Amino acid sequence: SCLISFSFQQRIEIHKLRQGDNLILGFSIGGGIDQDPTQNPFSEDKTDKGIYVTRVTEGGPAEVAGLQIGDKIMQVNGWDMTMVTHDQARKRLTKRNEEVVRLLVTRQSLQKAVQQSMMS
Amino acid sequence: KIEPLKVTVDFLKVPLGLKKPPLKEALAALPGKPKSHILERHKSRRSDAMDNESQYSGYSYKSGHSRGSRKHRDRRERHRSKSRDGTRGDKSVTIQAPGEPLLDNESTRGDERDDNWGETTTVVTGTSEHSISHDDLTRITKDMEDSAHLDCSRHLGVALGVALALLAFLTPLAFLLLPQLLWREELEPCGTPCEGLFISVAFKLLILLLGSWALFFRRPKAFFPRVFVFRALLMVLVFLLVVSYWLFYGVRILDSRDRNYRGVVQFAVSLVDALLFVHYLAVVLLELRQLQPQFTLKAVRSADGASRFYNVGHLSIQRAAVWILENYYHDFPVYNPALLNLPKSVLSKKMSGFKVYSLGEENSTNNSTGQSRAVIAAAARRRDNSHNEFYYEEAEHERRVRKRRARLVVAVEEAFTHIKRLQEEDQKNPREIMDPREAAQAIFASMARAMQKYLRTTKQQPYHTMESILQHLEFCITHDMTPKVTRDRYLTAGPTIQYHKDRWLAKQWTLVSEEPVTNGLKDGVVFVLKRQDFSLVVSTKKIPFFKLSEEFVDPKSHKFIMRLQSETSV
Repeated sequence: SCLISFSFQQRIEIHKLRQGDNLILGFSIGGGIDQDPTQNPFSEDKTDKGIYVTRVTEGGPAEVAGLQIGDKIMQVNGWDMTMVTHDQARKRLTKRNEEVVRLLVTRQSLQKAVQQSMMS
Repeated sequence: KIEPLKVTVDFLKVPLGLKKPPLKEALAALPGKPKSHILERHKSRRSDAMDNESQYSGYSYKSGHSRGSRKHRDRRERHRSKSRDGTRGDKSVTIQAPGEPLLDNESTRGDERDDNWGETTTVVTGTSEHSISHDDLTRITKDMEDSAHLDCSRHLGVALGVALALLAFLTPLAFLLLPQLLWREELEPCGTPCEGLFISVAFKLLILLLGSWALFFRRPKAFFPRVFVFRALLMVLVFLLVVSYWLFYGVRILDSRDRNYRGVVQFAVSLVDALLFVHYLAVVLLELRQLQPQFTLKAVRSADGASRFYNVGHLSIQRAAVWILENYYHDFPVYNPALLNLPKSVLSKKMSGFKVYSLGEENSTNNSTGQSRAVIAAAARRRDNSHNEFYYEEAEHERRVRKRRARLVVAVEEAFTHIKRLQEEDQKNPREIMDPREAAQAIFASMARAMQKYLRTTKQQPYHTMESILQHLEFCITHDMTPKVTRDRYLTAGPTIQYHKDRWLAKQWTLVSEEPVTNGLKDGVVFVLKRQDFSLVVSTKKIPFFKLSEEFVDPKSHKFIMRLQSETSV
């Protein structure tokens, strides 16, 4: 038996919310090439050092835009996020001159749904 | 307080190993009364009346005396026929200890207790253990009646060695004395150098004497079936050396009546030196060579699978066999045949109940193997629940053993609280002071029953007679041991040498080997040490060659980092 894994990607557009002096997106990230990938509860492959969404604040811009917990962020505004350090990822998401960030995410639930539909 | 306890001991003095039902009834009747009932049951020769004096000597080793002696005779017959059967030209030879009894006691057959066959070791000191090693001679000598013949050949070897040693020792002295005796007048006077040489000869001979005594004059630990190659070699070497020296001496000095006494003395000194070097060679060949471990021997007991590993050096097969035996007696747990069998209820219904009918031809030619195969196949396919029974039986047995063990532990602990060592400040009248033996007897009564039940459950009762238990108690009391030490001896089966001498005093083993037993050990050699009821299978493996390489680790190179798992909110 062979395993086919798909990565369906979704594009999410988040409009940053201004809170005082900061622009916030309303989620938390974890991961990075300088972090320990085995601690990541969301990744299927425990050597995956990508950036994952670890928390989504309720009612925040990320949730409104459709970001879910456990999503892996592949690109931010065209910048690759699969091989970045944690700090670089944070910087790319919190650029002060950007009001909109367009993320390319991949989600495990999507993969599983596709597999199930293919098998049935 | 001692009197009532002694009474109880007397009453419980039934032999520990008898059949279950009478003993169960006896113990069930324990809280009741009928001592006479039990005494009759066991056909002992005590009086029916309840006697209140202790008769520890009356404990019968020979209970069921007639039964014992009959089994005895049967065993001898069986043993003799077996020894004749085993001599079909293969290289199986017998290792015997000196002073061999006709029948040995290590094989456990139920409750045999033939302790009258304990043997006496005879001391044989000598340089070698020879045996005339022709094949037919070993076949003859395997028969028990010809043990006298074997002794003769062994003593011959010893005598030869001693004679050679004496010859070698006295030759330098002869070399020195003969010119003095024969042509003293013609000898040149020899001053200080000669005296120095005399002293050196004296001391070297003394050293040689001490060294030979240390190396050769030891009680042999076993009787080997074949000649020791190295010892024979050394004896031949010494003989040649001495003979060649005599030849030279005879020709050069005696015939020509050499005047130069100093030369003669130097000649004698050179012989002593040569003998010392031969002794050094003997030390290296006989002792040092086998010290460095080269092989790992695995000894497995064929009956119950107990196995041990030993490291030995370069030894011949026969010497390795003796080494294994020496370690067997203190490493292997004692062989208990009662522990091997599955309970009968489990194995009883195996292949009964299948009958083979042949339909059709009347001339069933050789269908016997086919029939038996069919029966076996059918029995295997039948749904058989004996494993179930075995499992439950084992669990039950385990539970029973643990329960009895707990009782024994508590009984021993409590028994030991009854006595204590006499301190000087205690004022007691002499009637109450006991020596260890009496103290042991006093406390034995309170734990005798628990002990007996435990030993019966673990099937150890042939190994512990009441006398041996009392002796052990006495030993522990004398040395202030805790109850734990006392009872540990009975909780697990110990090595064979721990038990009564009868168990291990007889040492008749047979060495069976495909290669000649004087060959050295090699990788893959297998030999078997046989006894009547089990055998030790020994296999050899070479210790691998280790390639050790060095790696330097700088102490400053030990550095660590934290595992990061940050989470940042954006």
